[in-house]
Amino acid sequence: MVYFDKVAKIYPNGCVALDEVSLTIEPQEFVSMVGQSGAGKTTLLKMLLAEERPTKGKVFFDSVDVCCLPHHALPEFRRRIGVVFQDFRLLPQKTAYENIAFAMEAAGRSDEEIAADVPQVLELVGLVSKIDCFPHELSGGEKQRVAIARAIINQPDVLIADEPTGNLDPINAQEIVQLLEKVNELGTTVILATHNRDVINSLNKRVVTMERGKIIRDEKHGRYVL
Amino acid sequence: MILTKIKRLFRAGAINFWRNRLVSFATIFVSVIALFVVGSLVFSNVILTNTLTQLENKVDISVYFKTEAGEPDILALKSSLEKLDEVKEVNYISQEQALEDFRNRHRDNALITQSLAELDENPLGAALNIKAKNPSQYESIARFLEGDSELVSSNQAGFFSVIIDKVNYRQNKQVIERLVNIIGASRKIGFGVTVALAVIAILVTFNTIRLAIYTSRDEISVMRLVGASNTRVRGPFVVEGIIHGLLASAITMAIFYPLTWWLGPKAENFFGGFNLFDYYFSHWFSIFGILLLTGIILGVISAAIAVRKYLRA
Repeated sequence: MVYFDKVAKIYPNGCVALDEVSLTIEPQEFVSMVGQSGAGKTTLLKMLLAEERPTKGKVFFDSVDVCCLPHHALPEFRRRIGVVFQDFRLLPQKTAYENIAFAMEAAGRSDEEIAADVPQVLELVGLVSKIDCFPHELSGGEKQRVAIARAIINQPDVLIADEPTGNLDPINAQEIVQLLEKVNELGTTVILATHNRDVINSLNKRVVTMERGKIIRDEKHGRYVL
Repeated sequence: MILTKIKRLFRAGAINFWRNRLVSFATIFVSVIALFVVGSLVFSNVILTNTLTQLENKVDISVYFKTEAGEPDILALKSSLEKLDEVKEVNYISQEQALEDFRNRHRDNALITQSLAELDENPLGAALNIKAKNPSQYESIARFLEGDSELVSSNQAGFFSVIIDKVNYRQNKQVIERLVNIIGASRKIGFGVTVALAVIAILVTFNTIRLAIYTSRDEISVMRLVGASNTRVRGPFVVEGIIHGLLASAITMAIFYPLTWWLGPKAENFFGGFNLFDYYFSHWFSIFGILLLTGIILGVISAAIAVRKYLRA
C-alpha cells in the first residue's frame, strides 16, 4: 500500500530530518508512529502527501511514485488520502457542514450526494447537533471530530493523523482514538503519529519508533518506549 | 457538472464576501478611492481638453484689406486660402459687416457714432478671419499671405500686396507662440499626471487585495490538502474580486452624482461653458463602464496573482 524506499531529507542548511528510512505499510493496517519532536515523523507523513520531496529515495503509494507526480496531478492524488492535524485546520469561515461539503465538492461529488452523506458522517462522529456551527463555536474535541469526518468523507485509502490528540484532554483524546479505530475497522489504513503514551499502550497495534530521522524499533504489538 | 462547479464558485465567493465583511468593506473602501481617482482623472482630462480647445479656437489671424480692394478679389484669395492644408476655416467679413460690427461695438460712444454719421463712405476695409487646424501653423499661413511661400507665384504675391492692408499675425505672434507652448505643455503634463496617479491608485488597490488574501493563506493550504483543484481554490477569490469591483464602481458613481452637481456650475463659470454635471449625465454609461471595467479587472487580476503565490508554495 505505502512503501518508503530509503528516503532521506536533508535541508539546505545541512540539517538531516530523515536518514534513509525504509518502511512498508499494508492495506487496512493501523500503524502508530512515535518519537520525540524532531524525530522525523511529520516529515515522513508530509512526503506521503507530496508536501515535501525527499532529497534521496522514493515514496510509493500503491504503485504510484509520489515524488514524480506532476503539480496538476496532486489534487486528485490527495483526495485518496485523508489528513487530520493537531491544530484541526478547519476552514474558519465555513460551518461544520460546509467544511465537510467542501472536501466532497473538491472531489467532484454532486449536490445530492453531499446533502445525503454529510449528515451521515457527522452522525458517525457524533456531531449532528453541531452541523451549522462554525469552528470557533466548537470545542477542541468537536473540531477534531469534524476534521476526521472531513478526512474520511471521500472514503480515502489512507487516513493520516498527525498528533490528533495533541491539543485535547485525556477523555477527548481517547474518544478520538476510538473513532480512528472505528475508521480502521471500516477498511481504511490509518497512520497515527503521536506522543501520547496512554493512547499507544491502549491500542495494542503496530508501533514504529523513530529517533533522529531513523526508525529504531518496529513492533507488531508495540508499546510506548522511548 | 461544469454549471454546478461555476455555481459553487459563485456561491462560495458570495458567502466568503459576506462572512469576511470587515475585510471586504476595507477592500471596497480602498477600491472606491482608487476608482474615484480614475474617475476624477477622466473628468479633469475632459475639462483640460475642453479648455485647451476653447483657447485654441480663440486664436486666429485676420487679414485686413484696403478699402479699394474689390470683393471678387477678396473671395478669390479666400478660396485659395481654403485650399491650404493648414487652414481650418476662413470667414469673410464684408465692408458693410465690418461697419455694422464697429457700430455695435461702440453703440454707447456718442462721439464715434456721430463721427461715423458725418462720413459719406465706409472707412473700414473688408477682412478675412482665418483659423488654422493647429495653432503652430499660423506662421506658414502668415508667410503665404506675405508672399513668402513656395505656394505663391510672384504674380500672386504682387496682387496680395496690392489688396492687403495688413495681417495681424506679426503683432500677435509672441502671444500665439506662447499659447501654443502652454497648450502643448499642459497636454503633456496632464497625460503624465494621469498616468502617475492611475498607477498609484492601481498599486494601492492591488496591494490591499493581496493583503486581504494573505490573511487567507492558511485556508488556501488546507483547501489544497483536502484535494481542491487550483480552480476550486482560486475561483471564490476571483468572484470576490468581481463583487468588490462591482460595488466599488457603483459607489464611486454614486459619489460623483452630488459632487458634479455641486461642482458643475462653479466649474462652468471658471472654465467657460463646460458643465461637469451635464457631462456626467450625458456620458453616464461610458464613465460607469470605465470604472466598472477598471474595478473588476483590478479585483480579478489582483486576486488571481495573490492566490497564485500560495498555490505554488
